[in-house]
Amino acid sequence: MKKLGKIYIGLVLMFLYVPIFVLIVFSFNETKSRSVFSGFTFDWYEKLFRNEIIISSLINTIIIAVLASIISTILGTLAAIGINSMKKFPKAVVLNVTNMPIINPEIVTGVSLMLLFVFFAARMNLEFGFVTLLIAHITFDVPYVILNVMPKFKQMNPHLYEAAQDLGCGPFKAFVKVVLPEIMPGVVSGFLMAFTYSLDDFIISYFTSGSTSQTLPITIYSMTRRKVSPEINALSTLIFLVVVVVLVIKHVIETKQAKRNEAYGRD
Amino acid sequence: MKLKAFSAPYLVWMIVFIVVPLLMVVYFAFTTDNGEFTLEYISDVGQYANIFMRSIWLAIIATIICLVVAYPLSYMLSRMSKHTQSTMLMIVMLPMWMNFLLRTYAWMTLLGNNGIINQLLGMIGLGPFKLINTEGAVVLGMVYNYLPFMILPLYSVMVKIDKSVIEAANDLGCNSFHTMFRVIFPLSLPGVTSGITMVFVPAISTFIISRMLGGGSNLLIGDLIEMQFLGNSYNPHLGAAISMVLMVIILVIMTVMNQFSPDDQVLI
Repeated sequence: MKKLGKIYIGLVLMFLYVPIFVLIVFSFNETKSRSVFSGFTFDWYEKLFRNEIIISSLINTIIIAVLASIISTILGTLAAIGINSMKKFPKAVVLNVTNMPIINPEIVTGVSLMLLFVFFAARMNLEFGFVTLLIAHITFDVPYVILNVMPKFKQMNPHLYEAAQDLGCGPFKAFVKVVLPEIMPGVVSGFLMAFTYSLDDFIISYFTSGSTSQTLPITIYSMTRRKVSPEINALSTLIFLVVVVVLVIKHVIETKQAKRNEAYGRD
Repeated sequence: MKLKAFSAPYLVWMIVFIVVPLLMVVYFAFTTDNGEFTLEYISDVGQYANIFMRSIWLAIIATIICLVVAYPLSYMLSRMSKHTQSTMLMIVMLPMWMNFLLRTYAWMTLLGNNGIINQLLGMIGLGPFKLINTEGAVVLGMVYNYLPFMILPLYSVMVKIDKSVIEAANDLGCNSFHTMFRVIFPLSLPGVTSGITMVFVPAISTFIISRMLGGGSNLLIGDLIEMQFLGNSYNPHLGAAISMVLMVIILVIMTVMNQFSPDDQVLI
């Protein structure tokens, strides 16, 4: 039984990884063939780094992800503080609306924002491009920040804030010194989640970007639409490497932390 | 200090960029270009019944395959030692971090008429088979892309099932089959329902997977919507109407799923 289980896990992992490894192998292929490996080369990587569209859309993606995640972290954290002190009914309403971009299919969110931007574009001086992309990214990022920060308030002792004020802190100082450190883990994980969602998003960007401001996923999409180009394989390999490195580092840090917590007898 | 005021900027943002756009979808679905009320576009959606049926059907198949594949895997993961668990979970989730366009592109390479699978089959004298541009390829793409969405909620529910509960069931005379269906499965139900919604919603609304792996012939609802907004047949009113119907379908399915949620279980 145990053996069967291991074989099963192995098969699923194969299903998950074989396509990626095939991409990686063919990124070193001399010819454009996607099925016959004829010789080893780094040409596609060279071409990739000289491809201005890819490089500029990569930079664009990073700028948008950084801006969107920072703005949505601030907006979302403030929102969570406010929502937390709301009465039951308005709180439920706001949280339900906040959940909508998460529950709704991405294509509907993308299309609805596109309708709004088209409306504004016709009446004001708004063009599809960097600004619309940024707004769209903030819009789907903020809910994740709120979702990550809200539970931290539940875990916090509500009297701490009052106690700090009783002990002579002003409201602002009490907030910075007492509340903020308590909710910080949620803020950080919200930021990271927003950042990765922004980096990775294709569907919503696809509907809200103009021709002037492209993100990397959009560029990848238009590359897959055109002829076969092993540059995509090279790009996949690099992205895969980055993902592996980041996740392994994250894993090592978490394991160390877990061990340390165990040593101190904490949960 | 009024803490509530902190949420003011977000509330404005939420209304302008979440509520208003969704209302615009509804408005567009029910009006003509001149702003007159019409049911024309909603009834036009009926013409695409076959595409709707195909989307629902393919999404259901993909969801079932995901559930069947993910369930044993998640269970085995949840019974591993703590350290192995977190490492295995990382390995299982890692492909998810690649952009899904690249993941889908990988299958284009594999399934192509001159692709590796056909080449390998050719070596043993089989094929070539038409693998890409079929409904099967679309389902495969859905399963490949959304499988982790099923594994994660299943795993996170199963990991909380106490080992002693299973042992108790065994002690009280359950064989492993009974333990599975009368103890583990009911306890994992919240994970099953959230896994199903997490796979079904993106699967039914995708337009990339169908376009990349399904060729032009296997249109899904997502393709239909995309065509009305960015494609050749520009018609935001019809697109909005289709989007609305899609939202209603998903709402219905989520309501049905919620019937199985743990809150109701407690009542029974």
